[in-house]
Amino acid sequence: MFRYIVHRLLLMIPTLLAVSAIVFVIIQLPPGDYLETLIAEMQSRGEAVDQNQIEALRRAYGLDKSPVEQYFSWLFGLLQGDFGWSFEHNRPVSELIGQRILLTFVVTFSTIAFIWIVSFVIGTYVATRQYSVSDHVATLIGYLGLATPNFLLALVLMYLANQWFDTSIGGIMDDEYRNQPWSLDKMLSVLEHLWIPVIVIGTSGTAGMIRRLRANLLDELHKQYVVTGRAKGLHPRKLLWKYPLRMALNPFIADIGSILPEVISGSAVVAVVLNLDITGRMLLDALRAQDMYLAGSFLMFLALLVVIGTLLSDLALAALDPRIRLSGGTTR
Amino acid sequence: MSGDRPEDETGSGPNKPDAVPHFVSDEPFNADVEVVLTPEQEKYYMASQWRLMWWKLKRHKIAVAAGIFLLLLYLIAAFAEVVAPYELQHRDARNVFAPPQAIHLFHEGKLVGPFVYGYNSKRDPETLQKIYTPDPTKVHRIRFLCSGGYKGSEYEFWGLFKGDFHLFCPTDRRSPVFLLGTDRLGRDMFSRIVYGSRISLSIGLIGIVLSFMLGIVIGGMAGFYGGLVDNLVQRLIEILKSFPRLPLWMALSASLPAKWSPLLIYFGITLILALLDWPSLARAVRSKLLSLREEDFAVAANLMGASTKRIIGRHLVPGFASHLIASASLAIPEMILGETALSFLGLGLRPPVTSWGVLLNEAQNIQVVVLYPWLMAPMIPVILTILAFNFLGDGLRDAADPYK
Repeated sequence: MFRYIVHRLLLMIPTLLAVSAIVFVIIQLPPGDYLETLIAEMQSRGEAVDQNQIEALRRAYGLDKSPVEQYFSWLFGLLQGDFGWSFEHNRPVSELIGQRILLTFVVTFSTIAFIWIVSFVIGTYVATRQYSVSDHVATLIGYLGLATPNFLLALVLMYLANQWFDTSIGGIMDDEYRNQPWSLDKMLSVLEHLWIPVIVIGTSGTAGMIRRLRANLLDELHKQYVVTGRAKGLHPRKLLWKYPLRMALNPFIADIGSILPEVISGSAVVAVVLNLDITGRMLLDALRAQDMYLAGSFLMFLALLVVIGTLLSDLALAALDPRIRLSGGTTR
Repeated sequence: MSGDRPEDETGSGPNKPDAVPHFVSDEPFNADVEVVLTPEQEKYYMASQWRLMWWKLKRHKIAVAAGIFLLLLYLIAAFAEVVAPYELQHRDARNVFAPPQAIHLFHEGKLVGPFVYGYNSKRDPETLQKIYTPDPTKVHRIRFLCSGGYKGSEYEFWGLFKGDFHLFCPTDRRSPVFLLGTDRLGRDMFSRIVYGSRISLSIGLIGIVLSFMLGIVIGGMAGFYGGLVDNLVQRLIEILKSFPRLPLWMALSASLPAKWSPLLIYFGITLILALLDWPSLARAVRSKLLSLREEDFAVAANLMGASTKRIIGRHLVPGFASHLIASASLAIPEMILGETALSFLGLGLRPPVTSWGVLLNEAQNIQVVVLYPWLMAPMIPVILTILAFNFLGDGLRDAADPYK
């Protein structure tokens, strides 16, 4: 087991390096840099542009260096916790995204927990009642959930909440707590608002998970050992809980690797619609304004979240499933 | 007859009134005689793989219905100019943000045929917002298969030749028909959704073609050469998969130069969508190639001296082509969704190019949506299309392996 953990941890290093290189290439892709955007903006406002000042700024931000040099200075900064400077907000990136990263964590992991709990309950219920009315209803809702893009679901929910209850369900906390330090009230306020984004982001993942759990559990339930157990008079509840359910639960952990990117992707757009203080709007603005270090840090963080999540799920799976642990292979 | 078998085992003894006589043929058994198949059986056993798949797919009623629905959608997209009553950019300045009109059949108890009531509009004295109510005295009949003669009825079909023929149109220029209302410039939402289908539906197809080419070439190379190439491709796929898609799509499309023409942007977006989609396809191709390579029929072909090219082309590719088609039909909706999300955020296609996502971009502001909920209408075709592709894909996936 120890060897397996070390192996997986070492494998993370080249992955993260490659991810950082890709992120850097992408944020460098747009022609020109932030200063050119700035110049264009100043000219459109009719302000005079001082070339010397621009050159000074360029040197100060390190934009005059070659891209390779810029990449390495960015990378070493990242390792030391220095995420660079946001041109647009004129503040260090770490200051800007600190709270958002925390909230992204909270939203992402509550969503995963939501997906787990709901799909476990519904999936088990539905699989033990194959072809019943509830099975068909759940399947239909599942298909709808898969087909409805979550940002549209967010929009519809916002609209309905506005029509029926005359309230806004946007935001992740009450406005008065926005720029305040963390306190119990603020945390409660976040918890109060959390359920809407969690449901919105989690719907499609839940629908997929219910389908998988149902299929897996049905496979298990039709196996001979279950028939034998039933023939020998085992209590139906025990017959379900003792073996088939445990076998069918593997995807719950194995699929984190594929659900996590989905959840994070979803949260990025839903955050724009619901006006959440997570990555959404700020990433969007940073991308538009070519605020490269801010956008890069966001992308890097989101990818890191996925890599760590996949690692944890692989480790958990190895701990639970001796076949994986002993062969030293991955889950796929 | 059944004399030499114990009666209690068969359960059909002579003492039971409804006993079925046990029949054993007296003819000598000859193992060399061929089993003669009935014509139906023969048809089944001789059928090609694709024919079997088609039969299996036909049994999947929902998938067939979804396929027909999609065919219809693509037909509408192809003949958008004819289906839409108004031209894409036609503005009706007098009916800005007009609500959808319901289609009626009866007016004051009499059958008039399909018609809509005209608008009564007045301004709210406080908010200055224009409020429309249906006017029961204005009966606007809808004509079918008509040539227009009203404003916004003329179009250039595919930009090639002028036309004026529509599936349905309003009676005349003073009686507009807005089935799904109008937007902030007084443009007919229904027409715009119909025109938008052309972009939204085609982007999935073009994207999947690009993604297919990348996936088959890269995955095929990994599966065929193995070793170092395989290892590199595997790592690359893993890295690309560890990115959350949408943020990466956002970053890539934000990097498309603003100076590009709408058409270039369209192809740029398609390329970006394909760029993140090929890994799953490549992985499928690779694993299928690897497993099929070990199958008995591939080994047999190899032993009989078939060349590598022939083995791949004649034996391996047909073996997994069906799986690829199935997974493609499940990947198309993701691309359509990706484009919709990007355009909704304002990072994807830009007006005047009109897709469902571009239309939804207008519904981004919740204040606007609350006042004019019909701006959310493009959501319906998006969801229906994705649903249909999912059903069809499920059916295809089940049918892809007809020998199971």
